[in-house]
Amino acid sequence: MHPSVAALRSQFGDAVGQAHVSCGDTYVYVDPAKNLDILRWLKETAGQDYNYLVDVTAVEYRDVERLLEVVYELFSLKRNVPLRVKAVLEDRVNPEIDSIVPLWRSADWLEREVYDMFGVTFRGHPDLRRILMWETYAEGYPLRKDFPLRGRFSRSEQVRQALNANPEAHYSMEELAIAETNYDLPLDMRDRLRRGERGTVPDPEEKSR
Amino acid sequence: MGLDRTATAENSDVVSSISPNWLTTRLDLLVNWARSNSLWPMPFGTACCAIEFMATAASRFDLARFGMERMSFSPRQADVLICAGRLPFKLAPVIRRIYDQMPQPKWVISMGACASTGGIFDNYAMVQGIDTIVPVDVYVPGCPPRPEGLLYGILMLHKKIRGETLADKDLRVEQLLDERGLRLPPERIDELSEPFGNSVHQTRSE
Repeated sequence: MHPSVAALRSQFGDAVGQAHVSCGDTYVYVDPAKNLDILRWLKETAGQDYNYLVDVTAVEYRDVERLLEVVYELFSLKRNVPLRVKAVLEDRVNPEIDSIVPLWRSADWLEREVYDMFGVTFRGHPDLRRILMWETYAEGYPLRKDFPLRGRFSRSEQVRQALNANPEAHYSMEELAIAETNYDLPLDMRDRLRRGERGTVPDPEEKSR
Repeated sequence: MGLDRTATAENSDVVSSISPNWLTTRLDLLVNWARSNSLWPMPFGTACCAIEFMATAASRFDLARFGMERMSFSPRQADVLICAGRLPFKLAPVIRRIYDQMPQPKWVISMGACASTGGIFDNYAMVQGIDTIVPVDVYVPGCPPRPEGLLYGILMLHKKIRGETLADKDLRVEQLLDERGLRLPPERIDELSEPFGNSVHQTRSE
């Protein structure tokens, strides 16, 4: 068994669940309520040193009984050891888990992608909004198993919403993390960026056509 | 097109404006010759078709033979929009705006299976054929089509251009979106976007 799993068990007890080896990779289930503590411990404890967050993703299985899982791929650059940490989310409809952006800044966009595709809400995420699908996308979360492959709306409705989207929609400067570079921009561009320009969310009456 | 419009009582408006006569047909010949031999492409490359398109423009296949070596990255100076690759719904308003910004005369080549029909991507994110977004003149099949295929499509477009006439008043009318924001009626879009081939079995929404 992976030495980090034994160390986790002695440190966190019941919060650490089963551990398995699949294709040479160890994955360990942890309590979703303690994901932040456990990952911080794995990152900052000497001897563990999982300092690199490779990926954050989620899995939903075809088995309808199984719940959604969030997967953290960790890697220790110091020791050259990988570890996969999984957390099973209890709520099927509105899954929630703590954000790990305070630990790794790289989790920012990864968690946004999981939110976009699976609808997992990350508590404490600084900027949780869609990243791949557009902001006014109203059909739901595409990688959920109950999502039909071709989307929920008819093709004509999808084309209508796409063509009515504003291709120049953008965020205002205050909403973005690069607000301090604002003063280096030309005056006209600064004027344009002062107010965000938004697409309109499609009318829910029309989508049930 | 247009050339076979003979002067009758039904289309007397054609007679009153410009009817096909010796002068206009000679002028057509000259104008169409000039237009078809210097088509400036607006490359809209989104996927692997764009690689084949680049190969077409490079030395071996040499798009310059057809006066097309000048890639117009501004739609204002382009004649033919070449959509090379699949078009996601996120890009649909972008290609529509690019098409609207191109001045007349303008043509569209839909390059590859995905641009023409959605191809293998019969899913929630992909436009099922760019003809639901912009009018298309030539469809080039293939996944991706070889440069010879694209060149054949371009030659077909040349042929089409050589058949145009000034006497056809509808030819250069801008085809704008209707009040719903669609180019085609919704029923027509649904009909064009129906699953076909393998995707009938893959689709679980029906």
